[in-house]
Amino acid sequence: MSEPGLELYRKLYLIRRAEEAILRYYPEDDMKTPMHMSMGQEAAPAAVCQALGEDAEILCSYRSHAPFLARTGDLDLFFAEMYGKVTGTADGKSGSMHLACPGKGHLCSTAIVGSGLPVAVGAAFANKRLGRSTITCVFFGDGAMDEGAFWESLNAASLFKVPLLFILEDNGLAVHTAKNSRHGYGRIEDVVKAFDCGFYQGSGDDAEALLATVGKAAQDIRAHGHPAFLRVECYRYLEHVGINEDFDAGYRPRSDYDSWLARDAVKLQREKLLARGQGERAQAIETEIDQAVEAAIERAKAASLPDPSRLTHGVFSCAE
Amino acid sequence: MRRMTYEQALALALHQEMERDPTVFVYGIGVPDHKRIFGTTNGILEAFGPERCLDTPIAEDSMTGFGLGAAVKGLRPVHVHIRVDFLVLALNQLVNMVSSFNYTAGGKVKVPLTIRAVAGRGWGQGCQHSKTLHSYFAHIPGLKVALPTTPSDAKGLLAAAIRDDDPVLLLEHRWLYWADEEVKAEPYTIPFGQSRKLREGKDITIIGTSWMNIEALKAAEILARRGVDVEVVDPRTIAPLDEEGLLASVLKTGHCIVADNDWSFAGFSAEIAAMISERAFGRLKSPVTRIGFQHVPCPTVRVLENAFYPNAVTIIRAVEQKLGLSPTDLAGEDFYSHERRFKGPF
Ligand SMILES: Cc1ncc(C[n+]2csc(CCOP(=O)(O)OP(=O)(O)O)c2C)c(N)n1
Repeated sequence: MSEPGLELYRKLYLIRRAEEAILRYYPEDDMKTPMHMSMGQEAAPAAVCQALGEDAEILCSYRSHAPFLARTGDLDLFFAEMYGKVTGTADGKSGSMHLACPGKGHLCSTAIVGSGLPVAVGAAFANKRLGRSTITCVFFGDGAMDEGAFWESLNAASLFKVPLLFILEDNGLAVHTAKNSRHGYGRIEDVVKAFDCGFYQGSGDDAEALLATVGKAAQDIRAHGHPAFLRVECYRYLEHVGINEDFDAGYRPRSDYDSWLARDAVKLQREKLLARGQGERAQAIETEIDQAVEAAIERAKAASLPDPSRLTHGVFSCAE
Repeated sequence: MRRMTYEQALALALHQEMERDPTVFVYGIGVPDHKRIFGTTNGILEAFGPERCLDTPIAEDSMTGFGLGAAVKGLRPVHVHIRVDFLVLALNQLVNMVSSFNYTAGGKVKVPLTIRAVAGRGWGQGCQHSKTLHSYFAHIPGLKVALPTTPSDAKGLLAAAIRDDDPVLLLEHRWLYWADEEVKAEPYTIPFGQSRKLREGKDITIIGTSWMNIEALKAAEILARRGVDVEVVDPRTIAPLDEEGLLASVLKTGHCIVADNDWSFAGFSAEIAAMISERAFGRLKSPVTRIGFQHVPCPTVRVLENAFYPNAVTIIRAVEQKLGLSPTDLAGEDFYSHERRFKGPF
């Protein structure tokens, strides 16, 4: 393994380039799956998966691209599933919203807000009981915190003392509705601290700082045998679902975007590497990933669509 | 009369009911945002203000209990869900509280709660954005379930739901939103439990729900060209159910297909097949045929989605089989594709 700063950049760049490729190819209309883009929210998934490595078992929402790629790094599975091909994670049955690859540490993505949270508590409970070193990591937004399932999961995780990291990607919005018109309380920090649960926070512009914070949270989980909560302030660059901007819709100003873009996590990490004299190595990573993304898309396009008989396959567990 | 789409008809009915009765209010996730639930709450915020047009936290079960409390205490809430799949989170309040609230109060209260939910389909909606589940809701005593197919039925049934003193679910198929027709602009209601003949015919009856009526009408149009006269009957509300209306059609034709916009197993189509066999057994020329979704979760990718949903062709083949006809040549037929209306995520 090379240096953490470079490895982190590899994850950030991979996610960004994969999504930029989606922006280019989506209009061809062959990826018929609603995309909730991660753009702007790469840092938390990258930092969490980098810090925990193979010990990370993740669950996320429909905003699945960054967590999936950060954890699995598998562009072939990713693009094949977007194109609905047999080489994807599920024959195209999941598409973007339900990406899952349990064999590679990605347990599920769910399009029902908040519904992964209790599942994560159970998964962490099993990992603890069965003596695994895994830390379950559940990604969710500030919208998911509106659901009873969030509070019930926070309570159960704290009570059962499970090795679970809650990762709140706080982009301040649930679709178009701002947090202050959904939350009847002040800082989540004060609430979480009332539970037997560690609390950490950071910003989605600085992946390296987040990496260190996740390290501390993981230590806390292992040392104290309780869950931890990581709040990451971040910004969604594109519309809630789809590949376009929507600043003309009137629910948020473009100036917010401009100020986040100025400290974009991918760009910032690159600058850090340049300042450390690692520009060449950063460039090598970029070249490698650029080629890998195009190659994965080519293979995905060339792969076969599932035979209609696959419709009934996989409803129940099967040997294959 | 005015030409309007299904979504405009829903917005107009809501507007008229809110104007008529100040206790009516509409709420739900994203109800007042700029997309206005596919346009079905257009103009409501502007006309009635944020007190009667509320956004809510993402908390379906609690917000359903909230609606129940408000309904019992004198308001007439209209709760909107952009997908039926999200309404599923409210099953506790719906099934344990809303449906039996009046029963345990000895029938002495009113629960004028309307719940609207949209059934998604197509373009990769997948297993968590595509459910209809009307059979599920109709299974619960104490809930009324309406499935408007046409813009005029949408308008009349929503108005009737809002004026009804009991809980009513209105389940709306996303693809129906683009349909338009001449609709009576003045307020009116459509009584629950009255089916509607969408097409008069004498050879075979198709009982359709929601979108499947559109497929049935297309099938009927094609079959008519070879002299097969299909009757299409839309129950419009499945709880209460117009048994007499459906039965009359089946007694006339002797053949019945139920084309249900849902899974068949243990579903509404089974209910209809049972009712018809109980009440018309000796008069049937063939057993009731059921058409519904394949019994798997809805897949995302198009080729499997196509295999999952039945359509006009499924219906045509079923009719041919029942009537002992050779397969109709469907080459050159123009079948519905939502992508002519729409591409991209809903
Ligand atoms: C139970 C449920 N209710 C409503 C929705 C519709 N919906 C989809 S995403 C979303 C907002 C979620 O916001 P947040 O959790 O902050 O995640 P973000 O989209 O910001 O990543 C809503 C309300 C849903 N998918 N599931």
